[in-house]
Amino acid sequence: MTGKLRLATTSLAGCFGCHTSFLDIDERIIPLLERVSFDRSPLTDVKHAGACDVGLIEGGVCNEENLHVLREFRAGCRTLVAVGACAITGGLPAQRNRFDVGALLHDVYVAEPGLTRRGVPDDVELPRLFDRVRPVHEFVKVDYFLPGCPPPADAFWAFLTALLDGREPALPKELLRYD
Amino acid sequence: MLECHPRKTACGVQGSERVRSVSDILDAHWREPTRLVQVLRDVQRSHGNWLSPKALTEVAAGLGLPRAQVEGVAGFYAFLHLKPVGRFRVLVSDDATDVFAGSRALLAHLAERLQVAPGHVRRDGQVSLDVTSCTGLCDQPPAVLVNGLAVPRVEGARVDELVACIEAGTPVDAWPAALLRVDDGVRLRGPVLSSMLAPGEALRRALAQPYDAQVRTLTESRLRGRGGAGFPVVTKWATCREAPGSAVVVCNADEGEPGTFKDRALLAGCADLVVEGMTVAARFTRATAGFIYLRGEYEFLAPHLREVLARRRAAGLLGRDVLGERGFDFDVEVHLGAGAYVCGEETALLESLEGRRGVPRHRPPFPVTRGYLGRPTIVNNVETFADVAVVFGHGVEAWRGLGTGASSGSKLLSVSGDVARPGVYEVPWGVTVREVLALAGGADAQAVQVSGASGELVPPREFDRRIAFEDLACAGAVAVFGPQRDLLDVVTNFARFFAHESCGFCTPCRVGTHVAARSLDKLASGRGSDVELAELATLTRLLRDTSHCGLGATAPNAWRHWLEKFPDDVRRRLRDGFTPGFDVEAALEAGGSRGASR
Repeated sequence: MTGKLRLATTSLAGCFGCHTSFLDIDERIIPLLERVSFDRSPLTDVKHAGACDVGLIEGGVCNEENLHVLREFRAGCRTLVAVGACAITGGLPAQRNRFDVGALLHDVYVAEPGLTRRGVPDDVELPRLFDRVRPVHEFVKVDYFLPGCPPPADAFWAFLTALLDGREPALPKELLRYD
Repeated sequence: MLECHPRKTACGVQGSERVRSVSDILDAHWREPTRLVQVLRDVQRSHGNWLSPKALTEVAAGLGLPRAQVEGVAGFYAFLHLKPVGRFRVLVSDDATDVFAGSRALLAHLAERLQVAPGHVRRDGQVSLDVTSCTGLCDQPPAVLVNGLAVPRVEGARVDELVACIEAGTPVDAWPAALLRVDDGVRLRGPVLSSMLAPGEALRRALAQPYDAQVRTLTESRLRGRGGAGFPVVTKWATCREAPGSAVVVCNADEGEPGTFKDRALLAGCADLVVEGMTVAARFTRATAGFIYLRGEYEFLAPHLREVLARRRAAGLLGRDVLGERGFDFDVEVHLGAGAYVCGEETALLESLEGRRGVPRHRPPFPVTRGYLGRPTIVNNVETFADVAVVFGHGVEAWRGLGTGASSGSKLLSVSGDVARPGVYEVPWGVTVREVLALAGGADAQAVQVSGASGELVPPREFDRRIAFEDLACAGAVAVFGPQRDLLDVVTNFARFFAHESCGFCTPCRVGTHVAARSLDKLASGRGSDVELAELATLTRLLRDTSHCGLGATAPNAWRHWLEKFPDDVRRRLRDGFTPGFDVEAALEAGGSRGASR
C-alpha cells in the first residue's frame, strides 16, 4: 500500500530491551501498522534492510558484523535513529572497554572455572571483535538519538508519530530518560 | 575590629621546604576552615609534594571539616595532588603561544633528559613531568613551573641548568636567581605604569573628599572594571556600600585567561598602586577586610606582595586607623590559588577564598550584597584598583581625557605570539588592532586573538577595529598568530583548555567542552565533515544558553569565530560525508583477529 513509511529495526550489541519497550506501545501497534510497514526487524525476520524511511538501531558496535549491519542500515535508511543507552554511548557492553580483549577472552574461555575450557573460539564464521565497544555515531552519521535504558514506550510512540506527521520530533522532559 | 591577621602568617612561600607538622601548619592558619586551600598548599609543600590520605584526615580533624569535603577540595585544584608526584614537579605551559615557541619539543626534550614520561613520576621519585594551562609568561616562552615557581624562557643553556638543579636536588628557592627571574615585560607606559604617586598619595586625596565627592570622582571618571565585563566601578561600589553588613574588598589576581599577563606586570611593578586602590575601595565601601586572590602560577610574586603589604602597614597605610583616621581599619592578605581557571569567575573565587571547591555560585544574590561569607563584597580586577589610585591621585580630567566615549582611560594589553616585541603595552582605549601590531612588530599577522581563549579571533580585514568596550572588548590578552601558524591548532588548543578547566558542575559545560574538543580534533585529523560543523554549531548554542557560568557560556568563542570568519580555512579541512574519526580496520586488528590470535 502506498503512503506507508518503511521502518527497519535491529539490535547490534544490545539486549533487545529497547525492542521490548517498543512493543510496550501495546495496541497502538495496530494504528501504527496502518501507517508504517516493517522492513528488516526481529518482528518480521526479514534478513536485510532495503530502502527504508526510518531505521531504529539498538545497541553499540562491538564486532565486524555489527558494523556491517549498521552500514547497511545507513545506506538504506533516510533517517537513522540511535535508540537507547548502548547505541548512544556503548552502554553495558562497553564495560569491557577498560580491559584488553585478548585477556578478557582468555579469562572467559580458558582461565575461569565452570566453562568448557576448549580455548577461545576461533571459527572463521565468527565476526572479528573491535578493540572497544563504540556508539553507532562514531561509525556513521546519526540523525536522531532516542535516549533511555530502554526509552519508554511512550517515547517511541511520540517520536514515531511526530516523524509520521512530518513534525520535528521533540520529546517532553518526562519522556527523556537516561535510566 | 581587624579581621585579617597577616602578620601572623607564618607560611612564607619561599624557603619553606622544611618539614612542618600538619598541626603547626593548622596553627599558623588559626585552624580556620576558610583557609583550607592555603592549609592544603602548605601541608603539601612540607610533606613530600602531595597530600596523603593520612594528611587529609589530620587536616579534616584539625579544621573540624568532613573528611570528604577536604578530599573534595584537594581533588578540585590542579596544583594539589592526591597521589605522589616527584620531589620536583615540572609543569610545561601548554598555552598556544608557548606551544608555538616550542613547548611540545621542550616537553619531549625534558622527558628524555629527565628520563620520565609526561604524566608520570620517575621511578626514584625525584621528578615528575606534565603540562599545565597558560602560566601567564607568554611574553617569555616557553615557560615551566617547578614546584609552583615560574621558570621563563626554558631553552638553550637554561634547560641544562634546570635539569642540573633537579638532578642535584637543589630546593627550588635556592636555584640561581637568573633562572627564576621573570621580567616585568613592560614595553609601553601610560598613566598607570608611569605613575609616580608616592604610597599613600592617592589615598590621602581620596580621604580628603567626602563620600559624595568620591562618588562624583568615580562617576566622572567613567571607570569600568578591567576584568572583561566592564561593569561601572561606581555602581558596584555604591551598591556594596548600601548593602547591610561589614564589607570585603577582593582583588582578583587570578589572571588565568590564556595570553594574559598584564596583572603580573602590575603586581610586580605597581603593587602599591593596586593596594592603594583597594584601600580607597575600603574607605568607599566601609570595608574592613581585603584579599588579594593570587593565582597559584604567580606564587613567585607572593613574597613581594607580602613585603609591600608589610611596608604599607608600617607606614600606617594599612591596619588600624589608616592614615590616622579613627575607625578606618582595613588590612589585606594574600590568598594563593592552586591552579583553577574557573576561580577567575568572581563567585568561584569567593568559594575558593572560603576554602571550598571553585564552583561558581548561583546569582543573584550578587557578591556586592552577599559575597565572602555572606558579606557585601566587591571583587575587582588588579588593573581596576590601580586605575582607581591613578584617578584619585592624578585627577579625573587627565583620566577621562584618554580613551573613547564608553571606555575612558588607559588599558594594559599583554601582547604575545608572533611579534618582534612581546610584552605589556599601556595604551589608550580605542587603539586599533593594527596600531597594536605596529607597536609590537607583528605586521604580517594572519589573525589576532583579542581577550584570550574566551575572546574573539580577528582576521586581517578587521584589523582596523578598535579595542574598546563599544567594539572589541578586551580583558588584556592580544595573541598574535603569524602566517606560518595553523589557526586550527590555536582553536583546538583553546577548546582543550576549556575542557580541562571546566569545573564539572554543570553538564553542558563539563560534557560539551569535551565533545567540542573532540570534534575539532577530528577536523584537525582530516576526518571531519559538515556533520562535525553541525555538531559544533549545536554545541555553541547549547553552551552559550545553558551553562551555569561564564566559562561554559564563552567557551564556544574559542571555535565559533574561526568557523565564521575563516570559511576557506575551514572548508579545506572537510571531507564529503561522514567519516569515522578513527581507523576502523586498525580497531578490528587491535581487537585480535577472531579473538584467537592472542
